[in-house]
Amino acid sequence: MHELADSSGTGAEQPDGPRLVRREVLALGGGAALAATMPVSAPRAAATGTSPAAGSTATVPVRLVVNGREVSVEVDPRRSLLDVLRETLGLTGTKKGCNQGACGACTVLLNGRRIVSCLTLAAMHEGAEIKTIEGLETNGELHPLQAAFVEHDGLQCGFCTPGQIMSGIGCIAEGHAASPDEIRFWMSGNICRCGAYPGIVAAVADAAKRA
Amino acid sequence: MLPFTLEKVTSVQAAIAAASSGRRFIAGGTTLIDLMREEVEQPAHLVDINTLPLSEIRIEGSDLVIGALARMADVAAHSDVQRLHPLVAESLIEGASPQLRNMASIGGNLLQRVRCPYFRMHDAPCNKRTPNSGCAAIEGLNAGHAILGTSDHCVATHPSDVAVALVALDATMQVRGPRGERSFPVEELFRLPGDTPHLEHTLLPGELILAVRVPGGPSSRRARYLKVRDRASYEFALVSAAAALDVEDGVIRQARLAVGGVGTRPWRLRMVEKALIGKAPDRKIFETAARLALEGARPLSGNHYKLELLPRTIVRAFEMTGEAA
Ligand SMILES: Cc1cc2nc3c(=O)[nH]c(=O)nc-3n(C[C@H](O)[C@H](O)[C@H](O)COP(=O)(O)OP(=O)(O)OC[C@H]3O[C@@H](n4cnc5c(N)ncnc54)[C@H](O)[C@@H]3O)c2cc1C
Ligand code: SF4
Ligand code: FES
Ligand code: FES
Repeated sequence: MHELADSSGTGAEQPDGPRLVRREVLALGGGAALAATMPVSAPRAAATGTSPAAGSTATVPVRLVVNGREVSVEVDPRRSLLDVLRETLGLTGTKKGCNQGACGACTVLLNGRRIVSCLTLAAMHEGAEIKTIEGLETNGELHPLQAAFVEHDGLQCGFCTPGQIMSGIGCIAEGHAASPDEIRFWMSGNICRCGAYPGIVAAVADAAKRA
Repeated sequence: MLPFTLEKVTSVQAAIAAASSGRRFIAGGTTLIDLMREEVEQPAHLVDINTLPLSEIRIEGSDLVIGALARMADVAAHSDVQRLHPLVAESLIEGASPQLRNMASIGGNLLQRVRCPYFRMHDAPCNKRTPNSGCAAIEGLNAGHAILGTSDHCVATHPSDVAVALVALDATMQVRGPRGERSFPVEELFRLPGDTPHLEHTLLPGELILAVRVPGGPSSRRARYLKVRDRASYEFALVSAAAALDVEDGVIRQARLAVGGVGTRPWRLRMVEKALIGKAPDRKIFETAARLALEGARPLSGNHYKLELLPRTIVRAFEMTGEAA
């Protein structure tokens, strides 16, 4: 029944933390509301000793600051940051494309830097600040790069878009958005299967000019 | 992904002690997590080394010292790296994606594993993944595979870009293990596959990479990295070349050359270097010298094109050393 669970394709990853189906997440009005009310759950299983047993499934506590709100979760160490954002915290704006670091759909800002959240473990980021697409709006106003994507048709199906926008924010902040050529090179970690690249480049260039 | 335990360490000694009892280091995780998810890598215990003080990039005398945990993006953007070793910066920027470069460490980059597709396919034979099971690439899809340093047991290329630059520049590794600290050339980190392709590097059990040291030198500033690939960016090399020239009074005093995408490890080409010394740099000289790169080359069914692409890439890289990056 858990549509959001076990979408990793391995079949071996265990869900952890409170589980919610998509309908419940949507009924809560989106992930941010859920994240704000995340309980500190599940007692911590035996800490790693000097000779921990192989195959241990002990969970570990992690405190993250997601879109400015502090959340504490218990996670299986196998959980990627992406899976914790999407499945434990219900922030499904961040997408899972390849789950291999190759497509950029899962891009978020980790302590201000763009990373792919599928290739890092949530348990490695105690205290980290994470920004996802859900955290960009302020007072109902779109982030300037979100607005530029709308204005320049920087999307078609929209699946790659959250990753493109988070990556674009990083690209502009790094100072790598001075020309279309530079943008194409420094945005090449984000693949768009619809081929919306002209609009994406135009949107990043436009937002960079206004930044 | 199979279950594992994860612990953090706060000192180099604790990290080495943990690794000596069979635990595996994790840095950026961009190689390890990917392969653990595929169950190609199956460590039962991980040690997170990211809080160790090994991220520093500094100048020591005329050497550039890069901490093992320095991130690819930070090394490439560092002003001393760009000023003293533009080749290192260029090779880093040509690798992976901006997001991955923000995550991936220099130590992890050198120990990244091969991109041969069969290495990840549990139903295909692969001596590297499963010793003595055979090699699916030799008779299979091998357009991306090596022509130099191969064996009948494995023909996969080493995928790192920065390793090619470091080998060209005579960089050394600084490592520490249960029996103390040692250093050795980066080139000696990599083993040839021979009949044990599952053994890839020469680190001893428990050894932690502390830093990479790049010596300064006259040719290091006139140096370029050229990466030829199927896409304009964000793709592994078909062929790459790290080339450096020290030219004085119109004559080549010193030449450096290492190539990627063609060897089972980053491949230094000393014969080509030697053929350039004392000559005036021009295309004819580069072309003659570049043919020497093919000595001992063994093409596979799908990669004969590398016999042509390799010398051409070398020539173009040497020509580029006269141009600004
Ligand atoms: C989609 C994709 C594209 C890529 N493209 C390129 C490319 O074009 N060019 C390129 O060069 N690379 C490329 N890479 C590879 C990438 O650069 C490596 O995955 C990365 O550099 C590994 O570093 P890490 O810190 O993430 O290592 P980890 O995954 O953390 O570790 C890798 C290995 O190194 C060991 N290790 C890590 N640090 C140390 C240390 N200090 N001492 C001893 N052992 C250590 C670990 O135990 C592990 O075995 C690509 C990767 C992906 C996913
Ligand atoms: S080339 Fe090496 S990695 Fe690829 S299938 Fe053969 S043994 Fe495995
Ligand atoms: S889902 Fe992370 S890069 Fe594709
Ligand atoms: S808009 Fe469809 S994948 Fe980019």
